Amino acid sequence: MNIHEYQAKELLDRFGVANPRGGVARTPAEAERIARDLGINALVVKAQIHAGGRGKGAFTNGFKGGVQLCKTASQARDTAAKMLGQTLVTHQTGPAGRVVRRVLVCEAVEAEKEFYFAILVDRATGAPVIVASREGGMDIEEVAARDPGKIIREPVDPAFGLQPFQTRKLARKLGFGPSQMRPACKLFAALYRCFSSLDCSMVEINPLVLTRGGKVLALDAKFSFDDNALFRHPDIVEMRDAAEEDPREVEAAKHRLSYIGLDGNIGCMVNGAGLAMATMDIIKHHGGEPANFLDVGGGASEEQVTEAFKILLSDPKVKAILVNIFGGIMKCDIIAQGVLNAVKSVNLSIPLVVRLEGTNVEQGRKILADSALPLVSASDLDDAARQIVALAPKD
Amino acid sequence: MAVLVGKDTRLCVQGITGKSGAFHARGCMEYGTDVVAGVTPARGGEMFDDKVPVFDTVDEARAQTGCNATMIFVPPEFAADAILEAADAGVELIVCITEGIPVMDMMRVKDMLGRTSSRLIGPNCPGIITPGQCKIGIMPGYIHKPGNIGVVSRSGTLTYEAVWQLTTRGQGQSTCIGIGGDPIIGTTTLDAVKFFAADPDTRGIILIGEIGGSAEEEAAAWLKENCDKPVAGFIAGATAPPGRRMGHAGAIISGGKGTAAAKIAALRDAGIAVAETPSSIADTLLSAMA
Repeated sequence: MNIHEYQAKELLDRFGVANPRGGVARTPAEAERIARDLGINALVVKAQIHAGGRGKGAFTNGFKGGVQLCKTASQARDTAAKMLGQTLVTHQTGPAGRVVRRVLVCEAVEAEKEFYFAILVDRATGAPVIVASREGGMDIEEVAARDPGKIIREPVDPAFGLQPFQTRKLARKLGFGPSQMRPACKLFAALYRCFSSLDCSMVEINPLVLTRGGKVLALDAKFSFDDNALFRHPDIVEMRDAAEEDPREVEAAKHRLSYIGLDGNIGCMVNGAGLAMATMDIIKHHGGEPANFLDVGGGASEEQVTEAFKILLSDPKVKAILVNIFGGIMKCDIIAQGVLNAVKSVNLSIPLVVRLEGTNVEQGRKILADSALPLVSASDLDDAARQIVALAPKD
Repeated sequence: MAVLVGKDTRLCVQGITGKSGAFHARGCMEYGTDVVAGVTPARGGEMFDDKVPVFDTVDEARAQTGCNATMIFVPPEFAADAILEAADAGVELIVCITEGIPVMDMMRVKDMLGRTSSRLIGPNCPGIITPGQCKIGIMPGYIHKPGNIGVVSRSGTLTYEAVWQLTTRGQGQSTCIGIGGDPIIGTTTLDAVKFFAADPDTRGIILIGEIGGSAEEEAAAWLKENCDKPVAGFIAGATAPPGRRMGHAGAIISGGKGTAAAKIAALRDAGIAVAETPSSIADTLLSAMA
């Protein structure tokens, strides 16, 4: 799940990671009050949406730029008024854009130097690693590709956590001078506490800045959380903004289904993540385009199968459906019954290919054959993919 | 002889009185696995299905039954503790089926396990089976057949798909290892192929991978230098969008790393035959063995 910039700021504040002062506003009046409380004449107002490229984006009302510098509280109010309730289009939002419901008002910072600083899980070692660079504000992948020597990697022992000597080593490698060592080390230690306490899979600060005034601040923070650990972080779950997510994915999550929307027209329903990916791949191999990834899991109930089917059918892009089940724990007769229930309740008008294999496959196939539904039964995975691609309209 | 599990495996089931634990413990017993003990805290002294004694701790189960393997079915919030308990008791092979264990917990578990002699398979995996001898896990037993092909996979149902293709073509399996779909796992693809390379009963290897991480690349590099047995590979997720977690916690392309294309290239570079589609995995290996 993703969170907004203002929520990331709340988390940094909670763990004592130094970052620009400011607050979130839902109305122009709130924006003005926050700006006045800051009591400075270098302010920035930032539209809050889950997409990058805000600074270069444009609002559908003609106002340009989702990140604006202001000098006074009344300017901040006017700027907020032009953003709030408006739709911001950036290169990441697609042409439909996103409605801005909040703005972040904070102090504008003049950077002396910019750095990159991230903490993430290193799969190869099974431990956290810190990745940092003196080249901040840039795409770190580009830096790594162009000049791998500029990337600093510091592994962390998961049992002990980040040690004070490691923060000093990092500060020196990044080139912080004697007077900046202490605030830099404090920020690194606080950020590691934040990463580990909140079960993050990544916290990325880009840029980390040394200001003209000699402060070390996290200017922008991007958080990725471990979905498996959300059960022990109800406060993070609260931060979810369903308005920023694909409604199909929100609906699927309610029924504990794993769903990811794609751009094709062939809806897929599969059990098991690996087989679901492989099913998308084979559709593409035969010239079709999958509309989604949908894993109903190893032990889905009849009701979950019905709900999964409804989610597929609620997508207007879906012009054909492939059901591919290899029953292990899941029994083919249960799947067949779930498909039957769903088709009956929605008046199916698009082609449906079903491929069943595994536990109780004969009963499952019989249920479908006896139902007199207009569906195609496939003999194996290859046959299923060929048939659905042949039946789906080409667009 | 196969790999890791066989006729002399004596299995303990942690979480045997839970719904899934009980269901799959029975499945393993029906297949012929020697289930000698169950563990559920505060349920010690009971008998499971009138056959298997239940203990409060793995320590007691190990001392009284000599179990040398354990299958874990406890909920994700307690699973890391269950793995550590089994390792502390000295159980040689720990198979953790549980899905959804926090990564932070697994990092600490992996660190601890490094200081013991226990081997972990999983978590978030279907388990391990030596057909005709021993099944530890949730895979349907009947799709397997004793034989000489070793199968290693990060996925559950996709493995069943490949195994079924082998079986329907008359080819049996030496051992099939589901290593699990999480980013941090006990036994890696590389560990599994090393076992198969050394096993005289294994004549060919199927390696099923998916997007995310670099496990397939590492296995491919080792195979290139160290193994003459025919190997066929398949990588799921060629059409997966970057940055999205595809069901499995470990199946994600991040920062341009872990793409199917890069993995397929690494396999090919190592002389491994790569199946074009998931329906041709068995045929790809059989051609390589011909």
